[in-house]
Amino acid sequence: MVALTPISRTEPSFYVSVTAAFGAFFGIFIGTGQGSLIAGVLGGAILMAVLALVLTKVIKNETVSRWAITVLIALGGLALAGIPGLLIGIFFGWFFGFLIFWLYEGRYRAKIPPYLTPMQVLWHFAFRTICGAIFVFLITPILVVMPLSFNAQDFFTFTPEMLRFDPAGYSLKHYEDFFTNDAWQDAMKNSLQIAPVATLLSVAFGTLAAIGLSQPHVPFRRAIMAVLISPMIVPLIISAAGMYFFYSRVGLQGTYIGVVLAHAALGIPFVIITVTATLVGFDNSLTRAAANMGANPVTTFFRVQMPLILPGVISGGLFAFITSFDEVVVVLFVGSAGQKTLPWQMFIGLREQISPTILAVATILVIISICLLTVVELLRRRSERLRGMSPA
Amino acid sequence: MNLTKTLMASTALTVAAGMAHSDGHMANEMTIVSWGGAYSASQQNAYHKPYSEMTGVKIINDESSAEAVSKLRAMNEAGNVTWDLVDVEAADAIRLCDEGLAMEIDADEVLAAGADGSSATDDFGDSLISDCFIPQIVFSTTVGYRTDMVGDTPPTSICAIFDTDAYPGKRALNKRPIGNVEWALLCDGVAKDEIYDVLATPEGQERALAKLDTIKSDVIWWSAGADTPQLLADGEIVMGSTYNGRLFSVIAEQNQPVGMLWDAQMLDFDGWIIPKDLPEDRLARVMDYVKFATDTQRLADQAAYISYGPARASSAPLVGNHATLGIPMAEHMPTDPANASNVFVTNYEFWADYRDDIDAKFQAWLVK
Repeated sequence: MVALTPISRTEPSFYVSVTAAFGAFFGIFIGTGQGSLIAGVLGGAILMAVLALVLTKVIKNETVSRWAITVLIALGGLALAGIPGLLIGIFFGWFFGFLIFWLYEGRYRAKIPPYLTPMQVLWHFAFRTICGAIFVFLITPILVVMPLSFNAQDFFTFTPEMLRFDPAGYSLKHYEDFFTNDAWQDAMKNSLQIAPVATLLSVAFGTLAAIGLSQPHVPFRRAIMAVLISPMIVPLIISAAGMYFFYSRVGLQGTYIGVVLAHAALGIPFVIITVTATLVGFDNSLTRAAANMGANPVTTFFRVQMPLILPGVISGGLFAFITSFDEVVVVLFVGSAGQKTLPWQMFIGLREQISPTILAVATILVIISICLLTVVELLRRRSERLRGMSPA
Repeated sequence: MNLTKTLMASTALTVAAGMAHSDGHMANEMTIVSWGGAYSASQQNAYHKPYSEMTGVKIINDESSAEAVSKLRAMNEAGNVTWDLVDVEAADAIRLCDEGLAMEIDADEVLAAGADGSSATDDFGDSLISDCFIPQIVFSTTVGYRTDMVGDTPPTSICAIFDTDAYPGKRALNKRPIGNVEWALLCDGVAKDEIYDVLATPEGQERALAKLDTIKSDVIWWSAGADTPQLLADGEIVMGSTYNGRLFSVIAEQNQPVGMLWDAQMLDFDGWIIPKDLPEDRLARVMDYVKFATDTQRLADQAAYISYGPARASSAPLVGNHATLGIPMAEHMPTDPANASNVFVTNYEFWADYRDDIDAKFQAWLVK
């Protein structure tokens, strides 16, 4: 982005107090960690205020100043908490160095329109900070799991060795356990045998239902749609209990086919929703053109309609796959021990024996999920580009 | 078109794979329900593996014992009992027996006689607490503590739980009254053999809760057996109650700075029940397995993998060394004379009569 507003240096009363406020905020954490909240807040505020003044009024040179503050705070962190403190200190030093000159030189104002009032400028940054905080809040629990899965001990604990970045504190043994332990391998195999078949069924039925329901002449379209989507809305435990008693009566409970059918029922709504959304942009004159040229409906579907709605079908299928792959409630009811899936194994593992193997599996599953969702996003972009909805 | 062919081929392949997978189900196999974790592993090593090798029966492990009572009820209601043998605590066995969900057995007829020639009834002795219960192990609920957080005077008495002056810090206790109220009264000065008499009165129950109230703000309540070991390893708590096998694992196998008390340990039994009304062929298979898996040698073998005591008296002399650590296991058994100088045997009759009442009071106290 180009600069929108000419900038000028700000008054010390502004940048020093803002820097001090940030210092006080981070001082809360450091102060609590060291035993005194008040001392942390005051110390942080005063330290940062003094540093801001010294850097801008005494040293003046920005490059030198920013290196100086980074080194200074990093050494402070090292003295307080060893190597991890050093890393956190480097980050804080870099951040405050950036912050002080960003405010002092007035750079914060450059990329936002000149007509905004100071309150609007404040809100502009507050909004972004809140969004960032929400993102951190959502993602941190997932990130914490990853380093813990390399724990050399059998507990969910950051050991002193791990915090010192001592290689002895890390190990791949939980990954090794996952790949060599029969219970985990059986669970993995079951998941891989259940999810693809359930996905195929979901995709086949869901796509047909979506195409049928998008025809204007079908009666009770809304009611049928509501029934088909209901597995997404009804609490899972209720569907699961219902399926349990029904499947028990017809002899499907505790069978492979039973679990596949149950998961297919859960996956169908995802396929219907994504395919229906794709069909909104589908031009029906294409099917009429195909019919006009002598193609029968089946040929028309496979050669005209299917390729165009394929991105919707595939992303629906991926959601159906992840649903089946991550599902624990229904399989606990409908399945028996012979169909124990990965989430089931994780569930009992968490209850009976808190072993970091669960974290290793969680890490692997997170990576698989990220890959699948990336594929979905790429497909979505491709389909938008093909239909000219967004610039390439 | 290429795409169509690929799609159809992959469909056919997956469906075929699925069918192949579902074939051969329900052949010569047996579903055994247990608790999971190290406990299931000890059963697999001591019972399942040798039995499968001997007979060719495939054993499927279902780790659902924690919800065994509710699941058995649901299975019974649905008319589709898929479990062949279920590992439960003694108290659950009594409940399932009363509800008619477990099969009554004649111990002398169904179980093998002791290796020393004693009858099964004599050999199992007090552990035969219900007509449906086939005892397996004796375990105890006891207290572990962080050795690096108790200073130079590690606790020796159960009452250290209530002594927040000498041992400041959080303690973990089971989120249910059984065990906790007995300990509370004992540490409030009630003589051990009068505890259940006192606990039978409303004043006695109030007294126990009042004692627990003195440490309420320092207690973390646990509900899964894995909680206390994790909290001890984290250093989140200074001491906590859990099963003795968990503490053995934390101390001997994981080498954590943790010590344990045997004082006033609450002894309890765990064992099998057979679901009622199994079809003939499945029942015959289960009976054969149970006879094998509860004989003197097999119960002693299990103690090589986990520090729970065999329920048969005749198994005690056969308890050997730990399977991987090689240390003698006898001294880690809750029933070892050195550890059993001061024990509670959970009073099933008392708890059968008072459980609902005291549970309600305990829960009300918890949320106060």
